[in-house]
Amino acid sequence: MTKQPIFECRELKIEARPWDAPPIPIVKGVSFDVNPGEVVALIGESGSGKTTISLSSLGYTKPGLHFSGGEARLLGKDMISLDPDEKRLQRGEHVAYLAQSAAATFNPALKIGEQVTESAVLHGAMSQQDANARAEELYNALELPDPDRIGGRYPHQVSGGQLQRLMAAMALVEKPSLLVLDEPTTALDVTTQIEVLKAFKKVIEEEGSAAIYVTHDLAVVAQIADHIVVLYSGEVMEQGPVDTIINHPKHSYTKRLMAAVRPTPAAGQGDAATGEHAREMPALEVKGVTAGYGRGADGKPAVTVLRDINVSVERGHVVGVIGESGCGKSTLARVMAGLLPAADGQVMLDGKELKPALADRARDELQLVQFVFQMADTALNPRQTIGDIIGRPLTFYQGIKGRERREKVLQIMNMVELPPEFEGRFPAELSGGQKQRVNLARGLAAGPEVLLCDEVTSALDTIVGANVIKLLERLRAETGVSFVFISHDLSTVSSFADEIVVLYAGRVVEQGPVDQVLSPPFHPYTRLLITSVPEMRIGWLEDTMQTREAAAGIARGVEITDIGCPFFNRCPLAIDGVCDREAPPIREDTPGHQIACHQTLEEVEDSEAKPQKILHGYEKALVDEEQARAARH
Amino acid sequence: MSDETTTADEGPSPDIYDELPDAPPKTRLRLSLVGKISVAVVAFWVFLAFFGPWIAPYHEAFFIEDDLAGNPIDDPSFMLPSSQTWLGTDYLGRDILSRIVWGARTTIGISFVATMLAYFVGITLGIAAAVAGKMTDTVLSRLVDAILAFPNIMLGLIIIAAFGSSIPLLIALAGLVYAASVFRIARALGQDIMVQDFVEAARARGEGLWWIITREVLPNAAMPLATDFGLRLVFVILFISSLSFLGLGVQPPISDWGSMVRENLQGLGNGLSGGAVASIAPAVAIATLTIAINLIVDDISAAAGGSLAKKMV
Repeated sequence: MTKQPIFECRELKIEARPWDAPPIPIVKGVSFDVNPGEVVALIGESGSGKTTISLSSLGYTKPGLHFSGGEARLLGKDMISLDPDEKRLQRGEHVAYLAQSAAATFNPALKIGEQVTESAVLHGAMSQQDANARAEELYNALELPDPDRIGGRYPHQVSGGQLQRLMAAMALVEKPSLLVLDEPTTALDVTTQIEVLKAFKKVIEEEGSAAIYVTHDLAVVAQIADHIVVLYSGEVMEQGPVDTIINHPKHSYTKRLMAAVRPTPAAGQGDAATGEHAREMPALEVKGVTAGYGRGADGKPAVTVLRDINVSVERGHVVGVIGESGCGKSTLARVMAGLLPAADGQVMLDGKELKPALADRARDELQLVQFVFQMADTALNPRQTIGDIIGRPLTFYQGIKGRERREKVLQIMNMVELPPEFEGRFPAELSGGQKQRVNLARGLAAGPEVLLCDEVTSALDTIVGANVIKLLERLRAETGVSFVFISHDLSTVSSFADEIVVLYAGRVVEQGPVDQVLSPPFHPYTRLLITSVPEMRIGWLEDTMQTREAAAGIARGVEITDIGCPFFNRCPLAIDGVCDREAPPIREDTPGHQIACHQTLEEVEDSEAKPQKILHGYEKALVDEEQARAARH
Repeated sequence: MSDETTTADEGPSPDIYDELPDAPPKTRLRLSLVGKISVAVVAFWVFLAFFGPWIAPYHEAFFIEDDLAGNPIDDPSFMLPSSQTWLGTDYLGRDILSRIVWGARTTIGISFVATMLAYFVGITLGIAAAVAGKMTDTVLSRLVDAILAFPNIMLGLIIIAAFGSSIPLLIALAGLVYAASVFRIARALGQDIMVQDFVEAARARGEGLWWIITREVLPNAAMPLATDFGLRLVFVILFISSLSFLGLGVQPPISDWGSMVRENLQGLGNGLSGGAVASIAPAVAIATLTIAINLIVDDISAAAGGSLAKKMV
């Protein structure tokens, strides 16, 4: 090999130096190269040191960490030993970093354009005019809408996916040789993830820069990386070209990572309702619920988030609720729990109507419906011990105290696979997966009939998330509790749920047993979600972008509408003049499987064969005008 | 990167991969050298506040009339430091050192009790405003705005003019004035915590307001409030001292650092040879105590990553 690598990591060692304890090694001698035009993925679960290693290319460590050996050579210069002034010259010009959350990176008070061009101008590399021109060029390359004006907007005026791409523009403004991307798509919806991945891939190819891509998601890596470095606990387990690692993993840890990747959603994975769960009275039923936030003039909510929702949760069943963010999934769970009183409609528990507001519900009614929050980090009081957190529902609902309570707590901890010595610890001393187990344990300790799980695996990495799902499956078999499982990730839901409810813009667009929802006929939105789940296959991204659903639906946000079908503007099958005017009828192919669509089931099923022209913007305006003219004559 | 695949050796039990902990090493409070010195200074004054009367060579109101040999002194006022009076005497011929030692009890005692009162009232009302409805919040907040709109000293002047100065009144006055600023902090902290998921989880469980306040909100507000307590104490010391300096605070013959500075102000004009020590010494006492407390608070908020400091502004 004659090419000089852009970045060489040689026997890199990084340690944490707590003041009252001997140093703890975090990175234990890692070596890899990044060649020009190459994307190297660092993959591993949280705590494996992947972010720490990637930051070494900027000569930076997080507070409390220190370089203790090895070299991180960027274009032949060791970034570790450079003095701060020289480091600053390298950063921005030769290496740029893209953090996980764009929303947290942008200053909400400054216009996007100023922030994108700031570093280039500050470094004196370009004049403001040149930087603006360069930024516009990048907005074009990243396929951002309205590239000549988007720089004049504020961060809250663009969508999450767009902000993520704008952050890429910020990093690329000075044409760095190396781009460090730290989990840039992890917090995004599957559909947004595709949009961002596609833009990143294109811009990396066009700019010819090399990149380090940090992630825990192998399916994403398969789309974008050339080489993979598998890390565990600060050590390289395996490294090599992407197709070798993906198709022929050798190391047992790599194999385990692969096993944790959930299969593509398809019919026949879930434990679909069998005869033993006879259809009796549902544990929890939602009838005709409309809910929203704020109070409008006529007593209705100012912003309606849910419209006329009917969902029933059978005893011992798992109902998966899916949809992109902004579709009202969490709001539905909050209505069920009483945290948000419904404006209209009923919530029934065991056939009895529950009061809409939490404060009016009896304590034993509250006990039977428990809410598990998405972020275990914030849902556990940092000043209470694990024992107190799990024990409180026991005392509160069942009056169990003292020794008996302690025994019960240990029993529940055992059930969620937490070691007994955690009883006296505080949440900050636990890992993300362990905190999520405590969060679940608290819900279970109440002795509920229905457990509402709001995105409980979304914040966890692949392996930890898979472990939590395994635990949930076991708990469900052991306890007979019904679950409402909310997620934006169809693959998580499909392996675990009995029934699926697909929400879009506050309405149920499809619901039914998991096998039927995941097999044709599909609602066009369901199909979009299914095609958006990344597969661990090289070339999947390009294939998906070819599908009509993706072409029409990706890169558009959820909009709540009052009339017609809300999916209208993203739907490849939309019938102009019908779908945007009238609410879609509900069609049933088999009892229990409902699709809300103007297209007949045959048309929906057969949709691949019948492409229809999609009209947007001015085209639609032209057609409308024509129709109006025709009507006048 | 080369096209070859390299694979690490697998250990003896390759199938066990524990979930890795993701918590960073915990940072514990570690005082800097300046911080340690400050702790010593504060401890020194607190010790004197407790045991001063037994240590001081004279009573705070004792007029020195005789020298060590028992001979009467012509003019005992503004004497220079000597082996009899280490820091000299004040304008009436009382021992400065003894008065500072006695004064530690008055100054620190009044300020501490007043700050405690401010905290009790401020936290109770602040948390109530954060937790209760919009109406309560509005009424309390506007009331506090009204109090804060007055300059502290001005408010002190009005109230003392109306009721006359006494130690209980001084405590109540400082407590009230500073309860307003404590209210602001407690309310902001309370509002921050009330929207956290764990409070929502408690509400979803059906917990009552008392539980939510005492078990969910207060423990999480305790650390920032405790840090602020130090700063607030400094303000109260300065406030009481200022009132005393104006002659509105602690009344003679009880010694108090603030009034000592004022009483001996005329000595300042005479220069070091003529009794400047008498008013400088109590001023130094006030300065060392307040600066030391400030430095300790700085160390604590630095250990909390500066986030604490942000909340307190």
